[in-house]
Amino acid sequence: MKIGLWITCLVDLMRPRIGFATLNLVRATGHSIEIPEQQTCCGQPGFNSGDTSAGRAMAMQFLKHFESFDAVVLASGSCAAMIRHDYPRLFANQPEYQVRFQELGQRTFELSEFLLRHPFDLPPTTQRFSGRLTYHDSCSGLRTLGIRSGPRQLLQRIPGVEIVEMPDREVCCGFGGAFSVKLGDIATRMAENKCRSILATGVDAVVGGDLGCLLTIEGRLRREGHSLPVWHWAEVLAGTVT
Amino acid sequence: MPESAQFKKNAQRQLNNTGLQANLQRFGQRFAKARAIAIAELEDFSGLRQRATAWRDLTLANLDDWLIRFETHAQRMGTQVHWATTAAEVNQIVLEIAHKNKVRKVIKSKSMVSEETGLNAALQQSGIDTIETDLGEYILQLAGEPPSHLVAPALHKNVEEVADLFQEHHHTPRQTDIPTLCREARHQLRPHFLSADMGISGGNFLVADTGALVLLTNEGNARLVTTLPRVHVAITGIEKVIPSLDALAPLLRLLPRSATGQSITNDVSLLTGPRRPGDLEGPEEHHVILVDGGRSELLGSELQPALRCIRCGACMNHCPVYQNIGGHAYGWVYPGPIGAVLTPAYLGLEHARDLPQAATLCGACEVVCPVSIPLPDLLRVWRQRSVSRGLRPWPERVLLRLWLWCAMHPLLYRWIHRRLSWLLRQLANDSGQITYFPGLTDWTQGRNLKAPDQPPFHAQWAQRHRS
Ligand code: SF4
Repeated sequence: MKIGLWITCLVDLMRPRIGFATLNLVRATGHSIEIPEQQTCCGQPGFNSGDTSAGRAMAMQFLKHFESFDAVVLASGSCAAMIRHDYPRLFANQPEYQVRFQELGQRTFELSEFLLRHPFDLPPTTQRFSGRLTYHDSCSGLRTLGIRSGPRQLLQRIPGVEIVEMPDREVCCGFGGAFSVKLGDIATRMAENKCRSILATGVDAVVGGDLGCLLTIEGRLRREGHSLPVWHWAEVLAGTVT
Repeated sequence: MPESAQFKKNAQRQLNNTGLQANLQRFGQRFAKARAIAIAELEDFSGLRQRATAWRDLTLANLDDWLIRFETHAQRMGTQVHWATTAAEVNQIVLEIAHKNKVRKVIKSKSMVSEETGLNAALQQSGIDTIETDLGEYILQLAGEPPSHLVAPALHKNVEEVADLFQEHHHTPRQTDIPTLCREARHQLRPHFLSADMGISGGNFLVADTGALVLLTNEGNARLVTTLPRVHVAITGIEKVIPSLDALAPLLRLLPRSATGQSITNDVSLLTGPRRPGDLEGPEEHHVILVDGGRSELLGSELQPALRCIRCGACMNHCPVYQNIGGHAYGWVYPGPIGAVLTPAYLGLEHARDLPQAATLCGACEVVCPVSIPLPDLLRVWRQRSVSRGLRPWPERVLLRLWLWCAMHPLLYRWIHRRLSWLLRQLANDSGQITYFPGLTDWTQGRNLKAPDQPPFHAQWAQRHRS
């Protein structure tokens, strides 16, 4: 099976480590991997701001570079939801394309979805985290793709990891893409509430599956003076953080 | 300019309003938790929800036919049916009915549509004494404030504030015990119930094949409003029509559960025309005003699903934005996610341009909506219209163009990411944190941004492959 790896624009710029962790994990399934170098962004910033044509343009670019793969894997619920759920809808008036996007969407997997379907051994590492974690459910992965137990199950494969659920765990952290830079006051208050829930668990680290949320949570925790580590769950699973 | 045009400023004010924040916090997830329990009791929520949605869609698909059917049946029972296109027309019709019947005093039960039209002010201006009888609305009338929630209009007020209001307006000793306050309100309202000439109510549903008006209330005041005075006027949106009592069944089961977590509303009234000879109670005249007020514009558009709304309030009870700023920040009658969809429709997008932006599109509202309204999609429709009508501020437009252009040119995109990565590192302090970023202060005002500590992924990847 030939896998195309999609590195989200945020991961590329802000946390390349998440990209390498993803790569290691997908490699551990034994499939061959390619990272098309023409990839840029899935188009959410445009689509969610109301620029439909931008969404379509980015969708076409994705189709061009990824349609030839047997599967596409990416470490973000919101980008995966965009590709699987929104791309086909953007081509409602062009049935030929809609079908192609539907098919490609069915072969596109958020990392936990992929790892649950393909057996792998945890990559060898000297940095195996053990301790208590809380997992933040990112909205679009959770509600559009139904990603809920997958990342938790995967994390529990690590010996010595205990997952502690936070109160109001399905409440949004306040990222919302452009929302967080348009309505900063509300976004900050939402982040503050989320961090209060996280801190109430008394865990050693917080993990999530979408970098936007992680930057929000980390940014708010640091602003409040907390040093609690904030990671993508893939980093913990790949053994690149302790 | 309506308040809805000032969303960002309103929200800031509400976030800093410590009294409101305490009230919101106390209210917190109460409705949401009660709903979760009540919905879990249902055998098949999703099936029920599908049926309710289908019934609502059925009438919306041929709304004119169903309304005429309702009108025919209602008239047969002696109800006088009026059609109003605008808010002004609604008030006009009510005033005409009032004048014809020499009405001096009006009692009202909850009607959101009358909030849309500013009816109370119109009545008072014509010298007609108007008294709200729903407890929440009564409190707000004393306070001179608009409602902040669909189901619990005075949610933003606490007992202390109510105690002050009652003391000031009733000239009675200050009480802070809730049952006592309720008794006091009832005591104050009773004479009005008995002396009013006209009752005004809203309407939850209009049943086309019987001509009945369905009213759901918890306080029983609507019963009195609709039966004691000589004249009863119900004001309701044209979208409220349903085909039959069969359609009412799933809606009756879903609405109270979604709203407050009750399995059934305390009072369910089906009103069919004025008092007939031999009837023990009922008004001499019964009017129904069918209000458009912008609704027909939504028909046949991508926004039509919004007309399915049965005003349960679940979307706002689960909206993390609403939960933090309350209803007044939205600046018009309908707050929360459904308000952010309806206000631009009924007032005009230019008067509510920030409302569609007031959401993270987290989807919590859509999941709970009993009639499956895809609220995030509808908000996105408004965002699309804002973009195509050029209503977004120019920096945002420029940035979006620029972003798209770069994203369409991968080599350029790579180069920009490398420069940005470098720049972010320059802006960070010793511990790698950015605490101020020009142009991005909405982020940095409340959150740090941790700078990347290595070059972009693709830059590293390309280098590995080259070497
Ligand atoms: S949009 Fe749905 S959840 Fe919100 S008030 Fe209307 S029916 Fe209830």
